[in-house]
This record gives sequence, structure tokens and C-alpha cells, in this order.
Amino acid sequence: MQVVESLEIVVNGEQRSLEVEPRTLLVHALRDGLGLTGAHIGCDTSQCGACTVLLDGRAVKSCTVLALQAEGTEVTTIEGLASDGVIHPIQRAFVEHHGLQCGFCTPGMILTAADLLSRDPDPADETIRHALRGNLCRCTGYQSVVESIRAAGAELRGSATR
Amino acid sequence: MIPAPVRYARASNVEQALELLAEPDAKAIAGGQSLISVMKLRISRPSLVVDISRLELGGVEIRDGELHLGPLTTWDDLIGAAELRRPALAAIAECASGIGDLQVRNRGTLGGSLAHADPASDMPAVLLALGAALQLRSPQGERIVPLGDFLLGPFTTALVAQELITDVVVPLPAPGSGSAYVSVEHPASGFALAGAAALAGADGGGRVAVTGIGARPFLLGDDPDAALAQAEIFGDRFASADYRRELAAVVVRRARESAAERARDDS
Repeated sequence: MQVVESLEIVVNGEQRSLEVEPRTLLVHALRDGLGLTGAHIGCDTSQCGACTVLLDGRAVKSCTVLALQAEGTEVTTIEGLASDGVIHPIQRAFVEHHGLQCGFCTPGMILTAADLLSRDPDPADETIRHALRGNLCRCTGYQSVVESIRAAGAELRGSATR
Repeated sequence: MIPAPVRYARASNVEQALELLAEPDAKAIAGGQSLISVMKLRISRPSLVVDISRLELGGVEIRDGELHLGPLTTWDDLIGAAELRRPALAAIAECASGIGDLQVRNRGTLGGSLAHADPASDMPAVLLALGAALQLRSPQGERIVPLGDFLLGPFTTALVAQELITDVVVPLPAPGSGSAYVSVEHPASGFALAGAAALAGADGGGRVAVTGIGARPFLLGDDPDAALAQAEIFGDRFASADYRRELAAVVVRRARESAAERARDDS
């Protein structure tokens, strides 16, 4: 017999409640429970980073967090980055600098970048590459991803001083 | 893959956590960066996970000549800790910044990694070189175990059932000391093929420990080169024992040089 527990979490600024099994991974709760399919599942081994979401502002692999462990935290998924129908500057930078091809890894890339840029608004390329260690891309290569994040940093710094 | 069915309980204090851990197949979970991975592979199938991540066991503090690292301190916390920005303790943040990836460092904890005891985990080498001991707590009381006696073998520690790591204690090295960690990683897994941590004292003495090359991370003693030549070294399809021994000699030399350089900067 499987136990079901109720889970209260704040996702993209909204209080949500759902029923999960204790073994349910956060990524499955987001995708299957809340319909937030932007968190992708690209591997079985916690390596690919496609499921990256922000937990209280910090990038985590939602496939390596039990959904129940996220109770009381604020979760941000890729669906929560845009505001008022306008995509986030990091998202726009990925569009403008060809930071994606198939797009499967992109939500994770962008949320990892959001964590990085929140702490280091002007990271060196080496710092960007180090931060992307846990996000695998199998089509474009990483150069344009690095360029996108560099451009997003510049854009965010600019808007912060305006 | 999805973990096997399990029950979940969140502990709000250490006593309660220990009580919950009385269940024979219960496992403590903190950041889950080791445990959830093995649960997904169903290598680990606990009946109950006891979530200890909300306990007040995190933080970095220096008091009475000792450094105290709370077991729930994440790798990211260690990287950011102002208390560790001194040559004698530089190896800790240096090592932490190379563990896993950003996401893992945001959640993975020091205590979780020590309890998991992967023979290729990085931080035990640093803590061995620094002479760390662990404070353990069970319903029977507290005990202090030197890290070298805690790490028994691959994924095997001195922890008994119903016991938690409650503190990691590092004696502050003498003024004028420096420490460093150097590793060569497997390019896919990121785990150390060979890693070495060194503490260099102002008097020219010091300690060296290695990881990734044996059944557990270990200290090399007073003559590191001779100890390495005689050590029982592990080989696999990625790196033979001979190759690991060569690699270990290189990282040991680099770690000692870097530690000595930091010691000079401090004096």
C-alpha cells in the first residue's frame, strides 16, 4: 500500500497544494502534479541538469530533491521567469545569442544562469563555464550559451543602474 | 528512475531524529545529493527517510582555537564562509568549489558526504590533512571519533544505527600554516581519480592525505612518497592502480607546493 501525503509549496509565487507519494521527486510533482513541464527530465542519474529549478533562489536539480523536502520553500520554474507576458532578460539573451538549438536543456541552463547572475552580476567566462558544469547540452555546444549568459549579465547590470 | 516506495518524516530536533532512526531500515536524509541518486537506482531502498535538513546543525564557526563545521553546512556555504579565508584553511573552500556542480553544491552537505563515505569523495582528504574529528550523537550519548577512525572502507563508516554526525571539529593550525587541495578528476563523473590535500606548517612540517586511490581516503604519514609507493591502490577500467599511483604522486607534490606557498604568504 502506498502512502500519500499532502504537500504545500509556493511555485512561481503561487501557493499550491497537491498529493504526492513520499518517494515522489520534485520534478515529477512539478510536471505531473502541477503541469509545469518546463522542468525537463534528460537523464536518470542526476547529471544532465535539464530539470534545474530555483529553490529559494538557488539552482537545484529537481530530480534529486524529494517533493516533500521542498515544503515551505519557494520554487521557481522556467514558467515563472517571465513577468506580464514579457520574457526575462536571460531568456531574451538566449534567443538573441543563439543559446539554444533543440531547447531541451535550455530551462535548466537559464535557471542556473539566474542563480549565477544573482550572486555574480559580471562573471568571467571561466566562472560561467564553471557554473554550467552541471548542465549538459548535446546540440549547440557551450560557446553560445556562455555568450548568452554574458550578454544577460550586461543587460541585467544595465537595468539595475538605470 | 523513481525510488522504491518509502515513508517520509521530517525531524524538528536531534532527539526526534534519533528516535525516528530506531526503525531498522531508516535512513537520514539532508541534501540528498548522494542518497537520492542511489535511491533512484534502487541500490538503496530505505523503509523510511528521516529528513534532518531543518535541524540547527549548519554553520561555520571558530571558537576556542577550533574550527567547527556544522554537518548540514552545504558546499556552497563553505565556499562563501569568511571564517575559512585564511591560508591555513584555504584547502576547504578550494576543495568545495570543485565538488559536483553548482546545483549539487547548493544542496549537498558536508555531513551527508562524510556519512556516505564514497572512497573518491574529495573533502575527507582535506579534513584528514587538517586533523579533523567528528562529534557523533546517539541515544547512548556523544562520542568524538577522529576522521581516520570514522572512515572504514567504501561506503562504510563507524556510524552505528541511530547515530548522527553533530559536529566536525578541526584544530586551528598554528599561525604561518597553509593548506591546499589538488585533484585530477574523471572527466565524466567528476570524482577524483587521485586527490591530495596538504597542510604545511611554518616549521616545515605538515600532513598529507589522499583520496580516490584506495578503499578510503587516508593519511600518508611522515614520508608521503614512501607511503604512496607502498600503499594499496585501487584500479578500475578508467585508471589502473599503477596510473593512479603515478597520478597521486603528482597531486601530492602539487598540493604540498601550493600549501607551502600559502604558508609563506601567511608569515
